Amino acid sequence: MSDTTTPTPGNHAAGGQSDSATSGALAPVLEVDGATKTYAGEPPVEALRGVSLTIGEGELVGIVGPSGSGKTTLLQLMGTLDRPTRGQVRVTGVDVAAMADDDLSYLRATRIGFIFQQFFLAEHDRVVENVADGLLYAGVPLKQRRQRAVEALNLVGLAERAEARPTQLSGGQRQRVAIARALVGQPAIVLADEPTGNLDQATGQSILALIDQLHQAGSTIVVITHDHTIAERMPRKVEILDGQIVADTGPAGPADQRLRRNVDAYPSGLRPLEGLPASEDRP
Amino acid sequence: MTAAAGRRTLQLADMARLSSVGLRSRKLRAGLSALGIAIGVAAIVAVLGLSASSQAGLLSEINQLGTNLLTVTNGQSLTGGTVELPTTAAAMIGRINGVQQVQTTGTVSTAHAYRNPYLNLAATNGLAVQAATLDLLPVVATTVAQGQYLNAVTAQEPVAVLGAVAAQRLGIDRIWPGERIWTGRQWLYVVGILKPAVLAPAIDSSVLVGYPAAQKYLGFDGHPSTIYLRTRTNKVNTVDTLLAATANPENPNAVNVSQPSSALVAQADAKSALDGLFLGLGAVALLVGAVGVANIMIISVLERRSEIGLRRALGATRRHIRTQFLSEAVLLGLLGGTAGVALGAASTTIYAQSKHWATVIPTEAWTGGLAASLIIGAAAGLIPALRAARLAPTQALWSL
Ligand SMILES: Nc1ncnc2c1ncn2[C@@H]1O[C@H](COP(=O)(O)OP(=O)(O)OP(=O)(O)O)[C@@H](O)[C@H]1O
Ligand SMILES: [Mg+2]
Repeated sequence: MSDTTTPTPGNHAAGGQSDSATSGALAPVLEVDGATKTYAGEPPVEALRGVSLTIGEGELVGIVGPSGSGKTTLLQLMGTLDRPTRGQVRVTGVDVAAMADDDLSYLRATRIGFIFQQFFLAEHDRVVENVADGLLYAGVPLKQRRQRAVEALNLVGLAERAEARPTQLSGGQRQRVAIARALVGQPAIVLADEPTGNLDQATGQSILALIDQLHQAGSTIVVITHDHTIAERMPRKVEILDGQIVADTGPAGPADQRLRRNVDAYPSGLRPLEGLPASEDRP
Repeated sequence: MTAAAGRRTLQLADMARLSSVGLRSRKLRAGLSALGIAIGVAAIVAVLGLSASSQAGLLSEINQLGTNLLTVTNGQSLTGGTVELPTTAAAMIGRINGVQQVQTTGTVSTAHAYRNPYLNLAATNGLAVQAATLDLLPVVATTVAQGQYLNAVTAQEPVAVLGAVAAQRLGIDRIWPGERIWTGRQWLYVVGILKPAVLAPAIDSSVLVGYPAAQKYLGFDGHPSTIYLRTRTNKVNTVDTLLAATANPENPNAVNVSQPSSALVAQADAKSALDGLFLGLGAVALLVGAVGVANIMIISVLERRSEIGLRRALGATRRHIRTQFLSEAVLLGLLGGTAGVALGAASTTIYAQSKHWATVIPTEAWTGGLAASLIIGAAAGLIPALRAARLAPTQALWSL
């Protein structure tokens, strides 16, 4: 896979950034700098008021807060789906404000994967086609998209349902398909908005375990939740209230270094995660 | 980044799949919304096809009858009176190079034909009686339907042969022994009925008698009033220019020369007024179809906000979204257009075959139909596609 000409956006992070990884200071992937977001209306809603947050390479961050606190708004800014009213958002060091709409689209196509509470799968396409659509706008040829979609499905343990329709899957399976779609392009960043919100407790746990495994394989992941127990499990927890960050445990320390060993392997190709340390092993 | 972004034009296979998302997920709705365009295109293709087929049928019939028939008729003088053709006119014309056959009829102005003498003759329009030469039928491309035509013997006797229309008007559809008609001064025995003479309608509505009999029994003056002649096919035009002067050297301006087949061709070319009506109805159906497609596309964009938002999140540009919805509308239009062309062609074929015409679907009809449906689809899809592309990703995804 690494010898293809298609963009493999994650790979710049691996070898080149290994210095910062070993030194403990993770290279910033997502930087939000004094961001404000005001929605026009009567009265205008200040969804974010001066949020600053830096997320480093390979981090798994849980953002938690009550309903209406601005979590989704923050995720939209980080995912370049929207622009801040004031302040700055940088993705892999590039200022979003300086980019045209088309370039932001390209950034999303190649560097950012989204996971949504409602999955958003195309019911009339097969599972493998849904996953392959994650690469559609990155300019990857059809054959390669399919091949990588099967690999991504393998990663989430759904390879045997590749030809099924989303309607034939359970909720948990659908979210796995959506996760595979977010991962198929090996994005540098995965943003998940309430990924377990539509799932029962046990299924939600399995999805979180999957996210954990992806994190251990080197992805930078932001998970939004209103459930503190879920956020508690994340290496880093950011609490948001009324559009402001009220608590941040900060980047995980040396405990996370152990996981960095896997970073080098990840961008060169997706592979099953069975061989990786299980999430229970982690402190 | 801009250079990389520019490369992301979707492949045709992907475009095809994306533009058929709406059609595949809502087949019935797509079919119904394409119906208006299908009906409009079908109407237009059928009207143009039928008119072309009937024209082709008529032209082939005319060709079978021959286009080398010319007629010379007596004309009017400047003062309004009829200028008789000289009795020698036929013989003179026969000497023109290229003329193959010459036959004549002469209107017997002193007689009209009636079913019987008991009618109020003054109030009834009698049929024209014409003296006719003996080899007239092959020249005007008709034959005897019943009985016999005139021959050297019967041309001397008070007998008549009826043109197809004349027979009908007289109510005679079969030759009975002793069947006769009244001319006001003389009974004529009916010996034959002709088939229609498409090239010579004047013969159809006439009662024909021999020249000698006309002179002997009906007071005919012996002047031919119409000369029918066949020329070699490559001489039609040359002969045509010589006819007037040859037929009546003293008064060539009082002679009418015509080519009956060309009149029929002109008639075949003439578009029926009904064609215009049906074309108009087809255009209205197309317009309604366009509104239908636009309507469905607008609903579709509203319903598929989350799909649009998702695609934007997956990296689709506004142009990707616009193209997807625009091509979906074009596909809908083309779907209707193709169905319409098929329907129009099928109905043309069925009708043309029942009439024994060759089926002709003019190229402009079906290409025009397809082009119209394509343009209509694009026009109908433009605003919905622009709307879809304008949708902010956040608005599309989180507004559910
Ligand atoms: N498009 C919008 N227009 C106007 N106001 C908005 C819009 N989107 C969000 N808001 C407002 O901004 C505030 C923050 O919304 P946001 O969706 O970020 O909250 P959240 O933390 O994700 O909540 P939840 O847990 O319910 O999803 C809310 O008061 C909301 O009503
Ligand atoms: Mg939210």
